[in-house]
Amino acid sequence: MTMNGSANTRDLILRRFARDRRRGERLVPGLLFLAASVSVLTTAGIVLILLVDSLMFFRRVSVFAFFGGTELAPLAPEPKFGILPLLVGTLSTSLIAMAVAVPVGLTAAVYLNEYAPERVRGVLKPVLEALAGIPTIVYGFFAYSFVTPLLARLIPALEAKNALSPGIVMGFMIIPLVASLSGDAMSAVPSALREGALALGATRLEVTFRVVMPAALSGIIASFVLAVSRAVGETMIVAIAAGSNKTLTFDITGSMQTMTAYIVEFTSGDAASGTTGYYSLYAVGFTLFVFTLLMNMAARSLSRRFREAF
Amino acid sequence: MMESHPAGPLHPGRPDRPVRPDEPPRVRGPARPAGPDRRLRVRLALNRTAKALFLLSTAFALSVLAVLIAQIAVQSRGWLDWPFLTGQLSLDPERAGILGAITGSLGLMLVMMPVSFALGVATAVYLEEYAGQGRLKSFIQTNISNLAGVPSVIFGLLGLTVFNRLLGLGSSILAGGLTLSLLVLPIVVVSSQEAIRAVPGFLREAAYAAGATKWQTVRRAVLPAAMPGILTGFILAVSRAIGETAPLVVLGVPVLLMPIPDSLFDDFTALPVQIYYWTLDAVLVKEYANLAAATIVVLLALLFLLNAAAILIRGKYQKRY
Repeated sequence: MTMNGSANTRDLILRRFARDRRRGERLVPGLLFLAASVSVLTTAGIVLILLVDSLMFFRRVSVFAFFGGTELAPLAPEPKFGILPLLVGTLSTSLIAMAVAVPVGLTAAVYLNEYAPERVRGVLKPVLEALAGIPTIVYGFFAYSFVTPLLARLIPALEAKNALSPGIVMGFMIIPLVASLSGDAMSAVPSALREGALALGATRLEVTFRVVMPAALSGIIASFVLAVSRAVGETMIVAIAAGSNKTLTFDITGSMQTMTAYIVEFTSGDAASGTTGYYSLYAVGFTLFVFTLLMNMAARSLSRRFREAF
Repeated sequence: MMESHPAGPLHPGRPDRPVRPDEPPRVRGPARPAGPDRRLRVRLALNRTAKALFLLSTAFALSVLAVLIAQIAVQSRGWLDWPFLTGQLSLDPERAGILGAITGSLGLMLVMMPVSFALGVATAVYLEEYAGQGRLKSFIQTNISNLAGVPSVIFGLLGLTVFNRLLGLGSSILAGGLTLSLLVLPIVVVSSQEAIRAVPGFLREAAYAAGATKWQTVRRAVLPAAMPGILTGFILAVSRAIGETAPLVVLGVPVLLMPIPDSLFDDFTALPVQIYYWTLDAVLVKEYANLAAATIVVLLALLFLLNAAAILIRGKYQKRY
């Protein structure tokens, strides 16, 4: 092979290399965009399937009968599809959860952020966050096999499936969420504000309630809203421990079904495709989706307002 | 400065401060006005009480974790043995094993890990390196945070409609794995974005200065530097996915007595699903609660291993710039 030939070969290789490289440079953004569009498509897909199959449902059941109906009996010979029992069940368990998670989560956040020495905080915070890493099915088991029997000793009228126990356990599950998000909001308050108040002779408690919390208020409220949204969307705890009672009731010592538990119960049974009962899953799912979406958007705009403040 | 101050009713706010030798003795009794002093003591007492209460509340939250783990340990004792781990499902609690559920959960990981990693990291690279700051980026970004807030049971409906029915995958491992991939996609994207954002600018600039193209810079400089952070977030996302129950149940993962799956197209059961059915059926057979507890121990052990791996990776490879 002559010198000339090898130079040509090298030239050829280099040119091809450069071409491949140019092509790669052009190709890559497209491929990456394709990947990014998957998450957009997922959202679109969720909205689409919920909409389409909800429409199928509302062709057979009127919107009024659904949102205003107090009776839910999807498998009865004359099926009824009122969502109110599910809404009451969802709101009851979520309110119970918030009644546990807000006081405990907020005070834990205050302790960890305003009182605890750095070393204690470094140990306690990860342990508290481990609580958030436990799968919800484990909490469901815990609610059913530990908390319910425990509560039954205090409240003899408590049924084996009830709204109280899963509500409380759901609260336990949400504590880390409230604690870490409201803690983040509090630690974002400039320490100059704290030091100013301390220098004026305020106690830690006064600094917390009169300076830090007012300054972090919208961030703290955002954490509550997110917590409600989590509670509303939580499934396994209520599916296990709250039972499947579909009558409209406000009695939290008895069984109540939530929107999420209804979806799980109906699909794990035999949800024959095409029946009104099958489509009711999507109508309930759509309601749930809109609920949580609105709350998440509210939480985001609240915390954005908070970020603008500093 | 403090030393030069004349004596007086000393530091009412700091009664705990040690008295220095050169300090004049405290004035006691009627020399101090009674009113403000009592108010101060009340304020300090309130502060101490509140601190104790806040600590108590934190301790309560932590004790929930302790009680939960203790309860599961007690209920699973004597049930978690080798035949249980390697046995097939059975209606007889004495003979039941969870090899099928373990295989199913591992199969789900096999599907969801590559899919969610590839899609998640690619999306993060696109958003951080290619998308610019325009409307498209903020649209995709908002979309991802909305997706992150969608309840997992809704992802189950998505899987049921798209993967199970439309694509005809049934309630196979493949359908379940794909559903879980979409579920954790937002988590992978956001944590990868954070890792990529933490890569210092000089690495990129050095790569460009050496003549690298944009993609070469991303692939050879940015991604390797961001990888520990990406992996940490990814492993946490995986551990979230294998604990998920609701999407799989809604997808139609069947009840009890599944044979051990041979391929990704087979029906299956997974650890959390098994826990669910055993807990529900504990009303019928009391020992099922023990089986559920033993399965929970296996699931938690798996999660613990994953989290330990995440912490190790973060500790070992995370560079501080």
